[in-house]
Amino acid sequence: MLTKRVIPCLDVNAGRVVKGVSFVNLRDAGDPVELASYYDREGADELVFLDITASAEERDTIIEVVKRVSEQVFIPLTVGGGVRNAGDVRRLLQAGADKVSMNTAAVMDPRVFKEAADAFGNQCMVIAIDARRIGPGAPTAPPAPLPADHPGRGPLAVDAGSRWEVYVRGGRTPTGIDAVKWARYMQEQGAGEVLLTSMDEDGRKDGYDNGLNRAVSEAVTVPVIASGGAGNAAHMRDAIVDGHADAVLAASIFHYGETSIVGVKQYLRRSGLPIRLGPA
Amino acid sequence: MPAMEPIVIVDYGAGNLRSVQKAFEHLGHAAAIADDPDTVAKAPAIVFPGQGACPPAMATLNRHGMADALRQAVRSGTPFFGVCLGLQLLFDWSEEGDMPGLGIIPGRVVRLPRGPRVPHMGWNEVRLARSHPVFEGVPDESLFYFVHSYHAVPSRPESVVATTDHGIAFCSVAARDNVIATQFHPEKSGPLGLRLYDNFVRCVVSSPRGGTRVSH
Repeated sequence: MLTKRVIPCLDVNAGRVVKGVSFVNLRDAGDPVELASYYDREGADELVFLDITASAEERDTIIEVVKRVSEQVFIPLTVGGGVRNAGDVRRLLQAGADKVSMNTAAVMDPRVFKEAADAFGNQCMVIAIDARRIGPGAPTAPPAPLPADHPGRGPLAVDAGSRWEVYVRGGRTPTGIDAVKWARYMQEQGAGEVLLTSMDEDGRKDGYDNGLNRAVSEAVTVPVIASGGAGNAAHMRDAIVDGHADAVLAASIFHYGETSIVGVKQYLRRSGLPIRLGPA
Repeated sequence: MPAMEPIVIVDYGAGNLRSVQKAFEHLGHAAAIADDPDTVAKAPAIVFPGQGACPPAMATLNRHGMADALRQAVRSGTPFFGVCLGLQLLFDWSEEGDMPGLGIIPGRVVRLPRGPRVPHMGWNEVRLARSHPVFEGVPDESLFYFVHSYHAVPSRPESVVATTDHGIAFCSVAARDNVIATQFHPEKSGPLGLRLYDNFVRCVVSSPRGGTRVSH
């Protein structure tokens, strides 16, 4: 039986992990290779690296990180953050990434995503979606300037039945696109997986948005990774059982030792879920 | 273990060859990436990885004379390890693009059934149908990492080394003579995956080319 995946996410800035593991005795807690190896030993099923490098001249640092990690760590590696086009995807795959996620660039022009999926295969293209609940309290920033012929201004636009909206640029900019329709549309454009982040829950450690997870999981047939809101192992069980997620992603609760991957996996297995325990 | 010429990893523009190469190097075995038929013809052992779609891959293999070189190498007894798309391309025909494959193992390749999520992505159990030297020391029902939307249906039951469940029980490891192929990615399956590559190299060393074949 296919097991449910537990995936730690590492933020990388200019080749260094930020907000890295702070509770174990690593020689260098900012070294991506050391952290990746640590999570691999703990039983992580995959790793996600999110490149948050802002300066243009340091953009290639992520390529070196991917090369070094893939020489040492033999589990799947997804890389995202600032991926603009098929050329960026190619360079990351050649460096050793197994999957590449695209977010803002895919929203601004879905053809860019499709071009990469056609060239490299759906299995390595992940659509990362940052979604927020529609309603009072949603940010009111100026929306992203979508071209007139963009499907987000037509069939994918938020309507009276919409519950979640797609945001871009780190979750700050609304798009007017319905998140559930967007997920289904991007599957048609060649997405092999959906990395779904609730911007409402992200950082709150109060549980995932399982209404969102379930709505997207039911709208697509590709796997869905739930992200945003993990505070403990029970939240992860809920995302799988109630949210129908195929995988759960978390960052800070692993990094700060609030819970370990081993502990989460033992809990999920005791809950009756198919789970792979550590590699040893 | 005696020194040997580098294992040849076939490059036909499909997927993550670097990870495969690094896996062999991590184990202390030299591995070279090659995209020309001459190197394939002289290889002491061949690894045939791949990801993505059958049609462009097959087109590339045919265009560069690589398809013939691979068939010839298999016929001459060169130990051969196919991975993922490299398993699917070994069969006679694929539903993906409705096109012929290399015809090295009898059977065809079809899409995974609707119902469970496709691509089949993640760690799943590999249930051994019979023993094979490449799986020496690997417990039955071990977990390996899969990413695929199509699966092989061998014509002959003896080609099936292991099966995995995802909607149906499909052939996740196929073999014939000096050929073994896995639908999953050993280079992404942690220590057990690396064990398969290590076992493969041991088979190569203990079975000189043209001598005893890897398996039967």
